[in-house]
Amino acid sequence: MYNLIGAGLIVIGGGIGLGQIGGKAMEAIARQPEAAGKIQTAMIIIGALLEGLAFGALILGK
Amino acid sequence: MNIFKKIRKASILFFFSLTVAFGYANSFSDTAGNVQGNPIDTNEEIRDYISHHLQDSHDFTLFTNGKTGKHVGFPLPVIIFDEGFKFFMSSKFHHGTAVAESGGSYYKIYHGKIYKTNAQGDLTLDAHEHPTNKRPLDLSITKSVLGMLLVGLIMILLFSSLAKGYKKNAVPTGLSGILEPLVLYVRDEIAAPNIGPKYRKYMGFLLTVFFFIWISNLLGLTPLGFNITGQIAVTVCLALFTFIIVQFSGNKEYWKHIFWMPGVPVPMKIILMPIEILGMLTKPFSLLIRLFANITAGHFVVMSLIALTITMKAAFGPIAATGTSLILSLFITVIELLVAFLQAFIFTMLSALFIGMAVEEHH
Repeated sequence: MYNLIGAGLIVIGGGIGLGQIGGKAMEAIARQPEAAGKIQTAMIIIGALLEGLAFGALILGK
Repeated sequence: MNIFKKIRKASILFFFSLTVAFGYANSFSDTAGNVQGNPIDTNEEIRDYISHHLQDSHDFTLFTNGKTGKHVGFPLPVIIFDEGFKFFMSSKFHHGTAVAESGGSYYKIYHGKIYKTNAQGDLTLDAHEHPTNKRPLDLSITKSVLGMLLVGLIMILLFSSLAKGYKKNAVPTGLSGILEPLVLYVRDEIAAPNIGPKYRKYMGFLLTVFFFIWISNLLGLTPLGFNITGQIAVTVCLALFTFIIVQFSGNKEYWKHIFWMPGVPVPMKIILMPIEILGMLTKPFSLLIRLFANITAGHFVVMSLIALTITMKAAFGPIAATGTSLILSLFITVIELLVAFLQAFIFTMLSALFIGMAVEEHH
């Protein structure tokens, strides 16, 4: 039961983080479409780092 | 030359026909076999079905007829080291129900692991339901090992054909036309910008890791039931390679930043040292957890959606249930195709980034 609540909290945190990254990257691309490639790469790296944290927490909680 | 070509064509054809044939057999047996069993406890059944898929196994079971309890597949060789090497086929275990005898010792499979037992196959369980029996060193060709060998074979065939193509013609043709841009992508977008001028030395590792993970992930999406990168042992090994390469290519600056951070007061240097050492270890740890968890979660979702046929059958009938689960799993599989590539990309990218941090020249 408690680990399910924990999993929910992790997903909320990860969702907020990914939303921030994605939203900011969208804004940046809209502002400077010629830098889209670089922004996408950086976005994916940060997304992956965040994902690593969230998955690590999910596996430790299990 | 000609024979090589024929073997290559034959093996590719064989692989694809195998995939298609088993795929159909698999889906039919799952809908026909498992569903018509007694409505005992479907949740339990589905949990078994999924966890069986996610685990490595000593035999290659393609599907099981739920009515007759007949397993269709083929056994794999078991290699164990227990007072000398012992070889036998996993068919001796009869899918975990029988005791296998080899060289005067008796072995039994319990939850996918081989234990040494007496002739009756008695296991003594402790309070946590873990057997206390001795476990021999298991070096078997399991399903995942078979999958890795298959991936290796596919990679050798693909890249030897790509390399051979350049001897005849500088412009790649056929399948090489897909591979060349990918190799160039790894070089120009992953290795060169992250590692810097010394990237050539690491191209072999990065390309191997990229294509190994990608092809393994794609193989996991075929109905053959491989789950190679979803085995934590595989991802641990991959991350260990990155870890060792990073440590061995680290220059003086890299070690100085770990043990005696320049530009901060002495008490701070002492506080930073354990943190930096911890950071050194968490980098490969996050690499292995990310790959493992992503692939496991992906397979879990796909399997759960396929299992909808079983749960929804009672309420909506077999056709509606199969249709719904087919549409849902089709969409999630398309997303998994993207994830398969993305995880290979991320692993390679972060490996390159960590190597780049280690070899970076500070001015």
